Amino acid sequence: MSDVLTITDLGISFSTDAGAVRAVDGVSLRVAPGEVLAIVGESGSGKTVTAKTILGLLPETATASGVVLLSSKDGSSEHDVLSIGKRKLRQVRGTDVSMVFQEPSTALNPVYTVGWQIAEGIQAHGQFSRKEARAKAIEILGRVGIPDPETRVNYFPHQFSGGQKQRVVIAMALVLDPGLIVADEPTTALDVTVQAEILDLLRRCRDEFGTAIVLITHNMGVVADLADRVAVMYQGKVVEEADAQTLFSSPQNDYTKRLLAAVPHVGQGIAHAAVRAEAREPAWLELPPVVVADNLTIEYPGRFGRAGFTAVDGVSFVIRPGEVLGLVGESGSGKTTTGRAIAGLTRVTGGSLTVLGHEMHGFKEREFKKLRSDIGFVFQDPASSFNPLLTIAECVAEPLVVHGRAANPAGARTRVNELLEAVQLPRAYGDRYPHELSGGQRQRASLARALALEPSLLIADEPTSALDVSVQARVLELFAELQAEFGFAALFISHDLAVVDILADRIAVLYKGKLVEEGTGAEVLGAPKDPYTQRLLASLPVPDPAEQADRREKLRRLRAAG
Amino acid sequence: MTTVAARPPAQKAARRKRTSSGGGIGRYILIRFTLIFPTIFILVSMVFWLMRATGDPITAALGGRLGPEQLAERIHAAGYDRPILVQYFEYLGNIFTGNFGTTISTNKPVTEVLLTYGVATAELVFYALIVAFIVGIPLGLVAAYWRDKAPDAFLRIFAILCYATPVFFSALLFKLVFSVWLKVLPVAGRASTGSELQMQFLPGKTGIYTIDALQTGDPQILLDVVSHAVLPALALGLLTAGVFLRLVRTNVIGTLGADYVDSGRSRGVSEYRLVTKHAYRPALIPIITVIGLQIALLLSGAVLTETVFEWKGLGFELAQFLTARDFVAVQGIVALLAVIVALSNFVVDIIAALIDPRVRY
Amino acid sequence: MTGSGMTDTEMIATSTATGSNKHGLWSRLPVVHQLRQSVGLQRGMLVVGLVITGLFILTAILAPLVSPFGYSQLRDASGAFGAQKPPGGSHLLGTTVGGYDVLSRVIWGAQTALIVIVIAVILSIFAGVMLGLVSGYFGGWLDRVFVVVFDAVYAFPSLLLAIVMSIVISGGRSNLIGGVLAAAISITTVFIPQYFRVIRAETVRIKAEAYVESARVLGASNARIMFRHVLRNATRTLPLIFTLNASEAILTLAGLGFLGFGIEPSAAAEWGYDLNKAVSDVSSGIWWTALFPGLAIVLAVLGMTLVGESLNDLADPRLRGRRSVAKASGLVAETSVVPGGTLKDEFEVPQ
Repeated sequence: MSDVLTITDLGISFSTDAGAVRAVDGVSLRVAPGEVLAIVGESGSGKTVTAKTILGLLPETATASGVVLLSSKDGSSEHDVLSIGKRKLRQVRGTDVSMVFQEPSTALNPVYTVGWQIAEGIQAHGQFSRKEARAKAIEILGRVGIPDPETRVNYFPHQFSGGQKQRVVIAMALVLDPGLIVADEPTTALDVTVQAEILDLLRRCRDEFGTAIVLITHNMGVVADLADRVAVMYQGKVVEEADAQTLFSSPQNDYTKRLLAAVPHVGQGIAHAAVRAEAREPAWLELPPVVVADNLTIEYPGRFGRAGFTAVDGVSFVIRPGEVLGLVGESGSGKTTTGRAIAGLTRVTGGSLTVLGHEMHGFKEREFKKLRSDIGFVFQDPASSFNPLLTIAECVAEPLVVHGRAANPAGARTRVNELLEAVQLPRAYGDRYPHELSGGQRQRASLARALALEPSLLIADEPTSALDVSVQARVLELFAELQAEFGFAALFISHDLAVVDILADRIAVLYKGKLVEEGTGAEVLGAPKDPYTQRLLASLPVPDPAEQADRREKLRRLRAAG
Repeated sequence: MTTVAARPPAQKAARRKRTSSGGGIGRYILIRFTLIFPTIFILVSMVFWLMRATGDPITAALGGRLGPEQLAERIHAAGYDRPILVQYFEYLGNIFTGNFGTTISTNKPVTEVLLTYGVATAELVFYALIVAFIVGIPLGLVAAYWRDKAPDAFLRIFAILCYATPVFFSALLFKLVFSVWLKVLPVAGRASTGSELQMQFLPGKTGIYTIDALQTGDPQILLDVVSHAVLPALALGLLTAGVFLRLVRTNVIGTLGADYVDSGRSRGVSEYRLVTKHAYRPALIPIITVIGLQIALLLSGAVLTETVFEWKGLGFELAQFLTARDFVAVQGIVALLAVIVALSNFVVDIIAALIDPRVRY
Repeated sequence: MTGSGMTDTEMIATSTATGSNKHGLWSRLPVVHQLRQSVGLQRGMLVVGLVITGLFILTAILAPLVSPFGYSQLRDASGAFGAQKPPGGSHLLGTTVGGYDVLSRVIWGAQTALIVIVIAVILSIFAGVMLGLVSGYFGGWLDRVFVVVFDAVYAFPSLLLAIVMSIVISGGRSNLIGGVLAAAISITTVFIPQYFRVIRAETVRIKAEAYVESARVLGASNARIMFRHVLRNATRTLPLIFTLNASEAILTLAGLGFLGFGIEPSAAAEWGYDLNKAVSDVSSGIWWTALFPGLAIVLAVLGMTLVGESLNDLADPRLRGRRSVAKASGLVAETSVVPGGTLKDEFEVPQ
């Protein structure tokens, strides 16, 4: 059978404030019926733009050249998306090709029921009465695994969970049985355990509906899990294209090799942690810990007399001097709240939390203030972690000025330069404004600021989750180096087991505000005891198709058992 | 009160909604309802203290015309020589029972003035709102759809002109062109004297001229009433239409950029439906909240419009009382308008909440 | 690998980012920056708005030079002007029912309007910004009280509030300084809630930004955080609110004047007052006494609204227009990282 999609020499330019920018350059791709093609790349690689072009969804500021040839599922018609008229394009969308979006909560219109939205897509293509459309909507919701579809069809999007919303979005894409689905980062907004379920569903789309899928992703584990063939994009060009097995076992292009090398693997850090543990003196265990959480509880008050929400529920752990504790959990697990409580940003409501010997339950800012010079904090979002009106040097000098080590930012400049060099940023970058730095550079500067007073405790809240994989690898490496050099204790918070594993001496797993498991990397990752940890670990896709198939099977058994 | 307002109320609406989400609509209405009282309390208190800061109303109204003894006598009779706090609590208590005082210049209860003239203002505001909705909302959708193209440019200039023209100036211009030069529409008033006389003696008189005219069953009278309403409604309506147009345009452009619009597009939904259904409906929630705040603009505008067209409503009366320095009447009218504003904002917030399924369920 | 410290992508991002830094200080100034940034219709609106506003300000400042007569002048060497004279001759725009020269009163009216705007906007900015900043930053019960009070005042018809204020200040009777101040302070009262709301909302938003949290972790004092980090970032939108409120100030002033709370004609020229006096003229077909002061108001408001609207559009990336690409630019040289993040190619944080 002929290909459902053939892209020939696609070029796309955007006009921006800084002039025209070429986002996609000479891309040629093809997708066979029932095949999953993964387009993988980092930010700015042009992968999303390519995906949108397939549906003719480019914004008005874009111009495209080349040919994007789309065939219907039965092969009866062919259209070049770039040259057909608006009316024709509308007919093709939904019937020949449809799309699954990254963020399910924004891809569904909040003010209409999901049934209405699915039916609308069906009726946009003529042939169906309202009743038939509704029946089809119920049927498709059932097929994507929404329980009780007869009732749920009348639900509004906010009544579904994140994973279910993504199922609804997939149902919408499938309802007219298109030959091709374009899935743009379909699991990026979801927790890893939910991600595994959605990947299973997409696999069923291919197997049961015979739908071809163009999968856009930055996650190599997702690629290994689902893709038949992979195209690697870099700076608007396809640098390598191969079947999944070949690409992972013997990558050819340098960029692909670097990208694969940068992906963190679970188990990578176990040896490293063991070496560090060996090097410690026995007396170390006797030293007073930097942080002691004992039955720590943090509750957010409810408004207007409604019950509050318990974010952290009876959690106990210690962080000893010079030790890195990795805190892992999915959204809503309370990991960020815990970190913020240690830094005195969120109030403790129950139990006890001792930071550097100071009780945080009912603490007074004035008494805690002098201890603050001993705590550093690195925030998640590099975009907002610096005051946009101050230069990087002024921002990094801020802790020195606040704690009286320097009279003004200018006086702190020598120290700031040292710090910038420590985080491997050129001195001259001190004179730049935050928006003039990339995300990775900003996180480096953020580390420099956190380390300015040489604190004995550093809290890092998802410091790399907004970064590209290759940038993330470098920042993690830097973090490890600095930790070895300065010897601070650290709480490293992340949703990604593999990332935490690289750095942590010990790992603590949070689930719905409770600490379910704690131990060394070898213990937690090697032989997890708690069923949640087991599920979390099995859900994490690894960048190796063969190994991933095994893990998938394991996860299936775990799910069947639990 | 127009352009800047577009953002904060939307945020406010979002905030309010979040706090109540999950609690159901009943709870939301209850919470929102209890918020009316502090608002009314603050406004009527403010009016009282501000007006009283100038001194007692008797002196203000009759100061030049009466001798000191007579003045003191009148002041004593009205109770303005008692401690101010006593007067304040009496005033609050009176308002609670619906008593807004007695005018000095005409010696009528303010409540009676309000009832007589309130209906006229309500009628004018109603007509103006119809004009504003008919003109503002569809044109706002058109502008959003043809964003940055010629129709959009034209409509934006139109909206800005609507806003930039003071309502009393557009009223004067309309009057000059249609009433004085073209002589197609009446110059002033709510109806001609003949029609007013006929409606005066209707058994089921409402004071709302359109309804009264219908009751007479005389098409001539109805035509007369409607033709009197055209220019005031246009002047006041266009002012508001400009605000609505801009509001709809901005919010719909915002929702047109949302993922769910692209999602609809990717399913083959037509552009027309994307604008009128997918983008418009979610945009409606902030739009309605801001429209609620435009009630204040409408009332300000009504005062001016009524003055130009001698439309015998609250605004016209207010201007008369201001000229007569009758501050008891002014205080009463302003306090009542405060109550109306607080109540209508409540109603509008409830409507906005009802449209939003996230609050409804 | 650790030696270089930066990946290729980071290098490219840097090179494109520094490109935008070349324009220097001049283009970072508020309005100039937006003017450079704007294109097409938005630039047109901004330019027209700036020109009209500039003319308005110039007229106001140069009123003594450009005006043919004084605002309260009733006669010159050749005798009294006479009332309601049609445009032409020595009175280009005619004379009013009170026998004043319309053109002169229109020109002098600009001066009155400008003075009132400046006083009103400065007063309300100081009060509104400080209250909004403190209230939003500290939160708590005081913040709630402020919010309820200012929300109530905000929802109230602004003209009525201005009337009440002007009664309080001047008892409704007005001379030059008293009248101008009364009008300005009345308008201030109307605007304080607006500034308060905007600055408070911004403060609450910025308070949750990582850089403010970061300062809190450092132990920086509240005063330092408020003034070094919050205030300057919260007031970035002020030029925008400023222009929009200035135009509303003119309308409120004119509305007050129209209702008889204006400044006496012998004290200063005020457009709203002149329109009030022109109401009866219109019924008898005398158009020039109403048309010209009215047009002056429309133009002044139009100019400032155009500037404000354009600034608003440019501040909001969703509303900002961009140059469309020419077909030929499909061959633009190697720049594969999109600066400014306009393409949604970055993956979201799975939180």
